[in-house]
Amino acid sequence: MILVYINSTNGISKSSFEAITYGKKLGDVIALTNGGALSEDLASLGQYGASKVLVDRAIDGGDQQQITKMISSVVENNGVKTIVFSHDLFGKSVAPMLSVRLRAGLVSGAISLPDADGCIDVNVFSGKALGKVRVNSEVKIISLLPNSIQPEENGGSCPVEEISVDTGSVSIKVLSTKKPEGEIPLPEAELVVSAGRGLKGPENWGMVEDLAVSLGAATACSRPVADIGWRPHHEHVGQTGVAIRPNLYIAIGISGAIQHLAGVNGSKVIVVINTDSEAPFFKAADYGIIGDAFEVVPRLNEAVNKFKTS
Amino acid sequence: MKILVCISKAPDTTSKIAFSEENTKFDENGVQFIVNPYDEWYALVRALEIKEAGGGQVTIITVGGASDDAIIRKALAIGADEAVRIDAEAKDAYFTAIQISSYAKENHYDLILTGKETINYNGSQVGGMIAAELDVPFVSLASKLEVNGSTLTVEREIVGGLQVVELNAPAVISCAKGMAEQRIPNMRGIMAARTKPLNVVDAIEIENLTEFVSYSLPNAKSAVKMIDPENMDELVELLHNEAKVI
Ligand SMILES: Cc1cc2nc3c(=O)[nH]c(=O)nc-3n(C[C@H](O)[C@H](O)[C@H](O)COP(=O)(O)OP(=O)(O)OC[C@H]3O[C@@H](n4cnc5c(N)ncnc54)[C@H](O)[C@@H]3O)c2cc1C
Repeated sequence: MILVYINSTNGISKSSFEAITYGKKLGDVIALTNGGALSEDLASLGQYGASKVLVDRAIDGGDQQQITKMISSVVENNGVKTIVFSHDLFGKSVAPMLSVRLRAGLVSGAISLPDADGCIDVNVFSGKALGKVRVNSEVKIISLLPNSIQPEENGGSCPVEEISVDTGSVSIKVLSTKKPEGEIPLPEAELVVSAGRGLKGPENWGMVEDLAVSLGAATACSRPVADIGWRPHHEHVGQTGVAIRPNLYIAIGISGAIQHLAGVNGSKVIVVINTDSEAPFFKAADYGIIGDAFEVVPRLNEAVNKFKTS
Repeated sequence: MKILVCISKAPDTTSKIAFSEENTKFDENGVQFIVNPYDEWYALVRALEIKEAGGGQVTIITVGGASDDAIIRKALAIGADEAVRIDAEAKDAYFTAIQISSYAKENHYDLILTGKETINYNGSQVGGMIAAELDVPFVSLASKLEVNGSTLTVEREIVGGLQVVELNAPAVISCAKGMAEQRIPNMRGIMAARTKPLNVVDAIEIENLTEFVSYSLPNAKSAVKMIDPENMDELVELLHNEAKVI
């Protein structure tokens, strides 16, 4: 039995469908979540292969210790052999705790299904290399990197069952939560428009945002841009920022330093716009444009809009 | 406050990544090692700030062989009071976390800080594992940490936003950008680091839950296709028909 943990605090995201699809390729899937997500939404996990969804309504998700206890109790009661997480900020914090509690080996940031020997690929050295991991324990935990597998629909809705697990008292009290509305979370975005110091100042980001809106893309930036406060920290991609692997990464006025490339070289297609034909980023690019961002980006935005309306 | 900061050795960010022994080992030839940036810039510096404001002691701990002593001295030069090295090759995150927990169980810390991940294995695993082993709360990806008596107020990154939470020490917290600013060690710090205690501790027996069986380098990119900056319609057309990403 495969158990897929779903973080449904913000509704069901695409990475949840990916995790269910992944689990379904390994065996029969039950999904487990907590909190107040709508039952209709949870039932939609059946379309990707979940046979049922278990939900503990009383647990809100602020305390990872509680979630860990809830998952282990479901694992033990259902003879679960493999637990799948989405490797987002939530999975990253809960999966290691569960690993210790169940003495179950954890594959962190999986990008492939197990091969014939049961080994799973992960990115290592900040995306500069791949490693194959073998899990020696009987119970296994796989934390799946978003955008590593296409969600596959193969059924209808499934039943949603409420459960109640005694997880003890809460030790982490949530005082406040801030969620910017309407933005696409960077690690899950399929299209990303990113800009660097070549843009000269924060007042010039309008054209970057316009292009992102036209494409339905998320925005990102290089490290110095976040360090000097032109853009928020969560947009900083690279070796010491967020690592992303979107389908399309458009880099505007970014030189392509090795530490920057480390966080984005998993992108399927890279477009580089830079005035300097010698910029190292061109070596990592699929499509390159030597030109001034202030002319090229508005022109590209116009071309995208023309394409979208045609 | 007694603070334990977990530090890890990592290859310098400009290192050429290569593998030896039929792609089963990272090739350390010519590689410069540094303190993992998240551990140094955020966890260690914030620990020092907390000590400077309210007193206490900052101990750094790593699991590794004698070749780790150089990065340990660097962390001592930045300002940690003492260091512990658990003498074993850090085989995987579980092995590392249980070694550190076993030391922490005997020596009781109010706060254990880690970096959010290492830049070589990128697992984000050790902090949560230590917390689970010690059965104390874990807050991951903290961008701010305030200490008031034994109350910890932490700002953390959550999926799609930020959250402020409150909890009591003892706890484990993994540190990300925002926590503190990088400190460059000065000459006095470097001199002092030479005589600060570095305790080498024997490892305990722990099973291997996971192992890396081999490594590989990503396929080389095919040559870049240059596009006329005047002709963005062509780029859009290629992204749609050739690359099929829009
Ligand atoms: C330990 C360590 C970790 C690091 N981690 C990261 C990381 O995670 N992420 C990261 O990004 N960096 C990281 N860095 C920094 C990295 O080395 C580079 O300094 C940084 O990526 C450079 O940012 P940039 O490309 O925006 O700026 P620059 O290097 O200044 O490049 C600006 C580019 O813009 C181009 N340009 C200028 N004007 C225009 C114009 N009008 N139109 C188009 N192009 C123009 C220039 O030709 C140039 O290529 C790290 C460094 C270290 C030492």
